[in-house]
Amino acid sequence: MRQRSLLCLVTAGLLAVSGCTVERHWGGSSAPAGSGQAKVGLVTKTETNPYFVELRNAASAAAQAQGAEFMALAGQFDGDNDGQVRAIENMVQQGVTTILITPNSSTGVLAAIARARQAGVMVIALDTATDPADAVDATYATDNVAAGRQQGAYVKAALGGAAPKVIMIDGTAGSTVDTYRHNGFLEGIGLRDGDPAIVGRDNANGDQSIAQQKMENLLQRSTDLNAVYTMNEPTARGAYAALQARGLRILMGSIDGGCQGVQNVRDGQYAATVMQFPRKMAEEGVAAAVRYAKTGQKPSGFIDTGSVVITDRPMPGVPSQDTTWGLQNCWGTK
Amino acid sequence: MTASTVERRESLGEFFLRAPAIGPALALVVAVVVFSLSTSTFLELDNLSLVVEQSLVVGTLALGQTLIILTAGIDLSNAAAMVLATLLMAKLLVGGVPGGLALILGVLVTAALGLVTGSLVTRVKLPPFIVTLGLFTMLTAAAKLVADGQAVPIAPDSLLAWLGTRRYLFGGIPVTYGMTLALVMYLVLWYALTRTAWGKHVYAVGNAPEAARLSGIKVNRTIVSVYLVAGLIFGIAAWQALGRVPNADPNAYQLGNLDSITAVVLGGTSLFGGRGSVFGTMMGALIVTVLRSGLTQLGVDSLYQDVATGALVIAAVAVDRLARRQK
Repeated sequence: MRQRSLLCLVTAGLLAVSGCTVERHWGGSSAPAGSGQAKVGLVTKTETNPYFVELRNAASAAAQAQGAEFMALAGQFDGDNDGQVRAIENMVQQGVTTILITPNSSTGVLAAIARARQAGVMVIALDTATDPADAVDATYATDNVAAGRQQGAYVKAALGGAAPKVIMIDGTAGSTVDTYRHNGFLEGIGLRDGDPAIVGRDNANGDQSIAQQKMENLLQRSTDLNAVYTMNEPTARGAYAALQARGLRILMGSIDGGCQGVQNVRDGQYAATVMQFPRKMAEEGVAAAVRYAKTGQKPSGFIDTGSVVITDRPMPGVPSQDTTWGLQNCWGTK
Repeated sequence: MTASTVERRESLGEFFLRAPAIGPALALVVAVVVFSLSTSTFLELDNLSLVVEQSLVVGTLALGQTLIILTAGIDLSNAAAMVLATLLMAKLLVGGVPGGLALILGVLVTAALGLVTGSLVTRVKLPPFIVTLGLFTMLTAAAKLVADGQAVPIAPDSLLAWLGTRRYLFGGIPVTYGMTLALVMYLVLWYALTRTAWGKHVYAVGNAPEAARLSGIKVNRTIVSVYLVAGLIFGIAAWQALGRVPNADPNAYQLGNLDSITAVVLGGTSLFGGRGSVFGTMMGALIVTVLRSGLTQLGVDSLYQDVATGALVIAAVAVDRLARRQK
């Protein structure tokens, strides 16, 4: 089976087509629930983001520790729903018992997930919830609204009563995580979309060089600001480069908790970042998969794996950890 | 421009055909004037310098792309080759290789890739679109494999990031070494294309390969040389990219290939080969960044900016078509 699927993958790669002509029998070879052996498939958004690399490594290690089979596939880029659908189909074909997926969009892969669940596969969302949330059996994720809220609350506290004048550098227009963080930040700082206190806003797709360019252009429009929201750490690095080139030191927050990001906070590039815990998501997801294979029991609902502010300038009323703790618990290359 | 040597006044269309960089230059001037009048912030030395800086990476990719498109080819793999080179350079540097050597090795890799593309196009007679589409896929994956899921930051004071260094000319004009290098490259390529036999061969091969062959031009050799030179340029684009952002990221410049084609097309170079100019491309690259900068300062949402850029590409080719029809 494995050899054949490998052959099939190679063939697919060579032909650069996705449809593999091995006979399809949906779930035909999947072990029935409760038979004991867990086969876990992980579908991440991309293979290149250190966050998803961490998720994959943690899931792989957890699977090994608990004696489960493990395979990982990914989309090719952020927003590659199609690639994720193919990954789900491939996994069902290969008889996995549980699929752990970080959906590229909360609605983009629902049909494929439904087909997998009909075939008896348990599907758990990691990191990003689906919409509706019950399209999957359970979700292990950071509450991104809460993460955004913490960034907003920190910035508000650090402004110390000054009226906010914020530039917001968002991620990809229309992405779920992006919307949640954006809305959470506004909630935390006490603003609404369209408020004149938001002096500039743009999307940078989480890309450092784009973020730098967008920030440069926004700063050209006006340098009258006292706070910057960024949706992730590469964005914050790009924004910092643009600010630094103008000799501006502005209070900036971010979200992610990658080791490079924590180091940036330590170096004073930005004041705070909100750390999330991909390793925990992966470990709990795999544990649930093993439980399901042994007992047929499924988890349900949204399980928040938590997030915490990392800063060396703690603010009263905003719980946080310092960068030393951050560097011990960050994800990616230390 | 006087037309005294010509018997009849040439039509506007013919004039545009003779000097393909005129149209984009006018468009650029119009855009700059409009934004200078409509915002108080656009016409500042710092901002104009920034706009140039923002266009360097795509402008360098587009320079190589221009050469290839002049031969009626196209390169979809240029940005992927560049990103791969940034990762190789950064990895080597972090691994203790001297910056100069890392740079040379990175440029050699993209040059070798150009050689491979050129050979496949001429020897195996594969369409450039197909070859570079395949390479694009492979190189994107290769960059991600090299990166192993991590962007590679480099020291901002290292030689690899040196092009980002800002100097002030005449006491106030901010210029980076990257701008100087780009200008030198454009001048060298302009000279090579317009003042040397090689340049005439490139245009001839793009215009009518069969006629070029009959007149004794070594068509295949010319085409391979174009891909090789373009490959060298894409390696230098990697250096420009590290000067701009000293962090080699496998996810950066995902649309760099299309952005470079956009600049070439806006610059009035024909996708059918044999007609165009490097200075047109320079204008094309600048038009895109000028639009983004100006529209941002006017408070236009970036998605509408994308709509405007796309419309402009179609309009540019339409104008070009109409000009030819007048003839």
